[in-house]
Amino acid sequence: MNELRKSVLLGMGALALLALQVSFVTPANAAPVAAPGDTSGGLASYFTPSTAHPKLPDADGFLQRWLLLEPIVKPNRTNTVFTGTYVRNAFQTEYFPNQFTVVPHDGDNVTVADQKLTWHALDSRNFNVRLFRFADGLKKPTYGVIFWAVTIVNSPREMKNVRLAVGSNSASMWWLNDQNVANLFDDRRMVMDDVVSQRLTLNKGKNVLRGAVINGPGLSDFCVRFIDESGDPIKDITTTVE
Amino acid sequence: MKSRILAAAFIFLLSLGSSTVASAQLNGEPYIHDPSTVIQSDGKYYTFGTGGGGLISEDGYTWHSGAVRTGGGVAPDVIKIGDRYYVAYAVGGGGMSGGHASNVKVMWTKTLDPKSPDFGYHDVGVVASSNGLEDCDAIDPAFLYTGGHLWLSYGTYFGFIRIVELDPKTGKRVLGNKPVNVSIDMEATDMMYRDGWYYLLGTHGTCCDGANSSYNFRVGRSRSATGPYVDNMGIPLLKGGGKLVVAGRGRVFGPGHFGLLDLGDGVQKFSMHYEADMDRSGRSVLDIRPLLWKDGWPVGGDNFQAGTYEIESERSGFALELAVDFVRIGRGGFGGFGAPGAGAPPRRPQPGQPGQGQPGQPAAAPHQGPPAGFGGFGAPTGPVTPLPDQTLAEDSAVWPAGNIAVDMYDYMIRPHQKWTITPVPEAGGYPGSPYFKITIAGTDRALAATSDSEVVTVPAFTGAPEQLWRIDQLTDGTYRIMPKLVPDSKEPLALTAAGASTPTLAKFDAKSDKGRWNFRKP
Repeated sequence: MNELRKSVLLGMGALALLALQVSFVTPANAAPVAAPGDTSGGLASYFTPSTAHPKLPDADGFLQRWLLLEPIVKPNRTNTVFTGTYVRNAFQTEYFPNQFTVVPHDGDNVTVADQKLTWHALDSRNFNVRLFRFADGLKKPTYGVIFWAVTIVNSPREMKNVRLAVGSNSASMWWLNDQNVANLFDDRRMVMDDVVSQRLTLNKGKNVLRGAVINGPGLSDFCVRFIDESGDPIKDITTTVE
Repeated sequence: MKSRILAAAFIFLLSLGSSTVASAQLNGEPYIHDPSTVIQSDGKYYTFGTGGGGLISEDGYTWHSGAVRTGGGVAPDVIKIGDRYYVAYAVGGGGMSGGHASNVKVMWTKTLDPKSPDFGYHDVGVVASSNGLEDCDAIDPAFLYTGGHLWLSYGTYFGFIRIVELDPKTGKRVLGNKPVNVSIDMEATDMMYRDGWYYLLGTHGTCCDGANSSYNFRVGRSRSATGPYVDNMGIPLLKGGGKLVVAGRGRVFGPGHFGLLDLGDGVQKFSMHYEADMDRSGRSVLDIRPLLWKDGWPVGGDNFQAGTYEIESERSGFALELAVDFVRIGRGGFGGFGAPGAGAPPRRPQPGQPGQGQPGQPAAAPHQGPPAGFGGFGAPTGPVTPLPDQTLAEDSAVWPAGNIAVDMYDYMIRPHQKWTITPVPEAGGYPGSPYFKITIAGTDRALAATSDSEVVTVPAFTGAPEQLWRIDQLTDGTYRIMPKLVPDSKEPLALTAAGASTPTLAKFDAKSDKGRWNFRKP
């Protein structure tokens, strides 16, 4: 079999481009989702620039506003290497200063191995954040990469016993207010509510949510929301970027 | 040296008794990748794979290369509508040539038999495509024909799975039909329809990586062919949902490319490939396994495992057994009252004699002797010790020679109620499986069909077709058991509980429990 096909097929996940947003519990008689007419695949098809106005999660609680760093090159022919040990080591490597504490701004630059990489403040048009399309839209490397993502989650009150629910393609790690709360190891495709954290507390006011996603030949992607004890989404929070 | 002997002994012991390891079991050379739905044409079974060519089988069990498909490309599917076999396949995508631009093409032929004068593909043309930039890679097409509509699903991990509608009379795309996004995270999709639900199946996980392939297939369902599809937790397939149907297990990795084979009468099977069969040099092979249904969801069944079982009637719960005298277990440990009981009276007539309770025959003599022993109440005096099962020698001491009739009754864990089921691969098979012999455990006494459409046991298995059995799992998990041949009968007959305690061979009735059986651990 063609090596390129093999390496592509070893990746998992896909990118959603929805003309309409649909609730995650979809009635069996809801309208089907038509394939869109826009086949250009450009960045604007998937993201809009963030604004100063706080952004609510979507109808199902997914967080759509993020500061995304252009991808760090980390070649891998296969995602089967993404054991917990490998992924922890990959993310504990310091690629740029303060990578675990920085709350960047739109347009901030870092230098990683002589590559200048820029943070972009973007709102995803979909429930998920299609990192592949982010990179592709900026003509950056799409395979064999690490992405960093940061957002500020603003809560109107202290919320106890919430969980961070994550799906990602491929492996990823997530920190809330500097604490590692969710890890997705091994080769993964993006499934909503795939891994959930232990019970957490969202502080009243600002909370910093940070994630790192690694992928070899797959279509990098993630979706994140907070859920309550019943598994229902937390929706009375907002996300902002500075 | 000692450790080698011990290891060899251990392996030998493991090979005895029930095998619980799942394995692909088709015979011949079932090597293929991305097989199309197995389909019959002119009395033979066909499947086609990526690249071209495919496999042919006379019986669905032994497969050889020889099927012919032009056009190249990947992951074909086949469906018969009217007098045409439509074949769909994809050219260009899947990351080949560095991109995701791809075309799904359709062609048709009157027969799949390459030796037939009616064989020859007629191109219909491109029915779906992807331009390399959009969120879809148009490969892995699959057909569903139901309710007068012909649907085609396609796509891979790059973007969405989509569904379009084709004209069943021509194979062309219905004019004005637009593709609908129905899933992400999938490839090698297939669709089914059952009881008002449309089912979309597809693989998750990695293909093409031998024993490191995590390929598995999952399903969502919808009341509409164009979705939206959700899984058993209500998670949309468009958000990564999917209920597991089959994963790798035992000696086989990476099941993928599901295709439904509906054999009627409540027997459904599915074809697929495994990325790696560890018993066949880790190669990609075809398999055919039973499809079960549970609460409205398809479940991948397992190939029947050879071993020793009770054969239990779903009708009555009684165990298939030799019609012989019951021999009491009366050795030690049973406190009871009174002296240990004498042997039971003769109970059942043998072949050639009328059955118990037949008109004109006297009833059996009542049992004489002390009342049946109790197991003994309270803790035993002395140490607690296990008691041995009744041995074959003890049980068979009262068996007659020659043919012995069979009936059904309470399962008493006796040797005359335990059956060893062993594949006989040289005797051929049927879709997914070899024929089996069914013998009383520890003996060569074999279940056989008779020329008056009854069942009997013969003293020794000879391999005659009336001693070979086809075992098909039904969609509810029970089994249908059929002889390969019933002498002097042209009709296919199945093992049937004509009465609560009386087995016979009769036409299988899918609506009744009398033809359904369970295989229980003895």
